[in-house]
Amino acid sequence: MKQSAQASLLRSSRLKLWEPAFWLIAMASPWLLSSQALIINEIAIVALFAISLDMILGYTGIVSLGHAAFLGMGAYSAALFAKLVMPDPLVGLLFAMFVSSLLGAICSLMILRGSDLTRLMVTLAMSLILMELANKLDWLTGGTDGLQGVVMGPLLGRFEFDLWGKTAASYSLSVTLLLFIQMRRLVNSPFGATLMAIRDNRLRAMAIGIPVNLRLATIYIFSAGIAGAAGALLAQTSAFASLDVFAFDRSADILLILVIGGAGWLYGGITGAIVFKLMQDILSSITPQYWTFWVGLFLVILVLAGRERLIRPWTWFGGTSHK
Amino acid sequence: MLTILFDGIAYGMLLFILAVGLAVTMGLMNFINLAHGAFAMLGGYITVLLMQRFDVPFLLCLPAAFIGMALLGAALERTLYRPMYKKSHLDQVLFSIGLTFMAVAGMTYFMSSSQQIIQLPEWLKGRTELGEGAWTLGMGHYRIFIIVVCAALTLGLQYVLARTCFGSCLRASVDDQRVAAGLGINVNLVFLATFSVGSGLAGLGGAMGAEVLGLDPSFPLKYMIYFLIVVAVGGTSSLTGPLLAALLLGIADVAGKYYIPKMGAFIVYSLMIMILIWRPQGLFVRKGGK
Repeated sequence: MKQSAQASLLRSSRLKLWEPAFWLIAMASPWLLSSQALIINEIAIVALFAISLDMILGYTGIVSLGHAAFLGMGAYSAALFAKLVMPDPLVGLLFAMFVSSLLGAICSLMILRGSDLTRLMVTLAMSLILMELANKLDWLTGGTDGLQGVVMGPLLGRFEFDLWGKTAASYSLSVTLLLFIQMRRLVNSPFGATLMAIRDNRLRAMAIGIPVNLRLATIYIFSAGIAGAAGALLAQTSAFASLDVFAFDRSADILLILVIGGAGWLYGGITGAIVFKLMQDILSSITPQYWTFWVGLFLVILVLAGRERLIRPWTWFGGTSHK
Repeated sequence: MLTILFDGIAYGMLLFILAVGLAVTMGLMNFINLAHGAFAMLGGYITVLLMQRFDVPFLLCLPAAFIGMALLGAALERTLYRPMYKKSHLDQVLFSIGLTFMAVAGMTYFMSSSQQIIQLPEWLKGRTELGEGAWTLGMGHYRIFIIVVCAALTLGLQYVLARTCFGSCLRASVDDQRVAAGLGINVNLVFLATFSVGSGLAGLGGAMGAEVLGLDPSFPLKYMIYFLIVVAVGGTSSLTGPLLAALLLGIADVAGKYYIPKMGAFIVYSLMIMILIWRPQGLFVRKGGK
């Protein structure tokens, strides 16, 4: 019995054939489609951010409306680090991840208690508080004008960030890949299995001896760090940080992205990011001002039709969806 | 100082009327409706449109906003919201965010994104001052009007909830939906009526608040957090909880903005996080409830 359970667990974590192929294409894309490097960069960053949310939402079942808090924290700390301490991007990235993990550690104390509603409120309020802080500390952050005058040093002391975003895209893709491998290992480990146990039935998980609160706090801090990395990439590749990294729209968009791709699946965030960014690009070129309307309509229809069915096309015409 | 207290109370009363529908629907159907602010905004726009285009007097616009939003709420409840009750919280959040986005973009399209201005009738414009020195109490007439109307509404709601047959059906359904249905209460109808009245109240609040809170298409996003604070802090099991929470929030917000303008909305959010860490289920919860 134990043998077969182990085998099935191992099988699900084995590297699929298409995965290296996917990443090879992704890594080559800045050169293949060099005119689209800027949007590839954006997609990589958004994908990283989406997977970081998936860690807590899809795998652990913590509903959060304020994940942008960590993105913003990462963005501002990376930009400030580059401006005030040293312009090296990699050190800045590590610093930003450290700072957002710290913030995650503080926030994790608040998400352990209460109901879904309380968690929604606390996470939302956290990102709003940070936005307010970034707005009011204008001597440090530039307030509503955003943090300007950030000059990034060359990557690894060699590759300059250019205007066309090729370096930026490769940088973001590499960081995303590295962190992705880390997360893939994490969710397929026994630790990851305990997270899913907590998501599915917290009471039972507690009863079989899983330290629920410790696990929740750990994954929350981890996810905050990854989101911080995404924020740092955002700030470093655009050499700019503005208040809208904290905005509620960010947190809502990222939820949507995760839902499009499918939560609880590592490639869900990536698929969602690609679809969402392309959709945004097309829709906002047709109706620049009102594209949120279509996003809203899409969300409503998606939920009414059942969001499990979007990524399972074979259930579209079969009547009931089998989960 | 008394003036600030007074303004805070008026603000709090307004927030209560805006949020009470949300509190009841959340307690009743365990449904997180982030689109509640959109109902309030639509109510405000009904008033603005009626007053600007058709010269309807202000006092007539308020019931119109109430009725319009109640009808719309009922229609939406029947068509869109009902399938949502059984879904997970994440689905509900996504669904209502989607509705909010649609409302915001739609309003921007039809009404432009600029701030709407409501012309108050003359008798509501003045200001009365009582007392002198540090204890001066300056009362804007419109603020008095808000407090009177909201207090009357609160008493009315409390009466309906505590004394009438419908009220006891509602409380029974909130406490335990299945047993209530088993006792022959038409729970669906109770839901429908409650949702509709809640939306209507939101519309009315939006209409009255347009002058105080400002009205533009980003209204639902801007004030959503306030409504949620009222509900999260006040709890959903009674009317007094959200009422006290709304008053507390109103006074804290007005006083905070007056005394420490640099801190802005900071105080409110920190206060809320503090309260929620201390009492995660809300300040005023009834023991033994669900």
